[in-house]
Amino acid sequence: MTERALGLAAGLLFGFILQRGRVLRFDRQVAAMRLRDMTILKFMLSAIVVGMVGLQLASQLGWLQLSHKPMNLGAIVLGGVLFGAGWAVAGFCPGTAVGALGEGRLHAGWAVLGMVLGAAVYAEIYPWLKGTVLSWKDWGKIALPEALGVHPWVVIVAFAVVTAGLFVLFERRRL
Amino acid sequence: MRWRTADGGWNPYLAGALAGVLAVASALATARLMGKANYLGTSTTFVRAAGLLERAAAPGHVEANTYFTKEKVRVDWQFMLVVGIFLGALGGSLLDGSFRVEHVPPTWSARFGPGRRRRALGALAGGVVAMLGARLADGCPSGHGLSGLMQLSVSGFAALGVFFLTGIAVARVVYGRAQA
Repeated sequence: MTERALGLAAGLLFGFILQRGRVLRFDRQVAAMRLRDMTILKFMLSAIVVGMVGLQLASQLGWLQLSHKPMNLGAIVLGGVLFGAGWAVAGFCPGTAVGALGEGRLHAGWAVLGMVLGAAVYAEIYPWLKGTVLSWKDWGKIALPEALGVHPWVVIVAFAVVTAGLFVLFERRRL
Repeated sequence: MRWRTADGGWNPYLAGALAGVLAVASALATARLMGKANYLGTSTTFVRAAGLLERAAAPGHVEANTYFTKEKVRVDWQFMLVVGIFLGALGGSLLDGSFRVEHVPPTWSARFGPGRRRRALGALAGGVVAMLGARLADGCPSGHGLSGLMQLSVSGFAALGVFFLTGIAVARVVYGRAQA
């Protein structure tokens, strides 16, 4: 009960923020990929910088455990390429497809349906993938600071500086 | 810089920062109340949705499938998060009058014409391929992009980079070269 209520509450707020940020729209997502309108990047990078600081503090205070996804090279590169190609054509990622449907963009419903189908197909081919792509090169659950041998705050400050530079560039070019 | 965008939305930096605060607050709340931090992500829910639908038709098939067994077919925290995203976007768009029934978005129409069927096929096919990729990569722009980068995961940086670089290349082929 608590689990579902927490999920629903976070989702309601996330959906509302995504909607107000105007990042759920097909045209916005495709415009980001065509490098014409960086609203999506402004939103994502702002969220990431704030989240990096908050989660790092929370983790160092022992309030939560970070949970890294495995750096499975073949799966991330091949999966990432498939995802990027599908994202460009559908114009939505999984979260924004659901949100866009909520905003009345009914064609997003076809993307949601396709994603459910894609998940069903994946479940069928998983045993085969496990013996091939998924077993090619797995570096495990690694964090960037460990991989680079630096303190986490060094990575965070560097990321924030690069992000600030990008924001200045976006504003100057009116993207 | 404006607080409001031309289309009546919130400043994207501010909206993004709020999403960051939400991501941290949600991780803290789930760590405290569920014993384990849950991070924003959406794509595993599509596996569970497929599993729930298939289970209605062929329960034995779902039980025998190793992937469904691994991801556990149930309405969990993330499933409700995705339901919430739908409801939050619906409520938000109704409240500020930005709810619009749209069958074919302008950018698509400019390239492929106003036909609804063509757009539906594009969205469907794109959705299938995107989800195959998201499951293979073990995450989408929420799970890898937002949550992965926030946690400084190497996999998050790698995945988001590949997502965007491929998206840029494919968008260029599908929608034509950018002209200002």
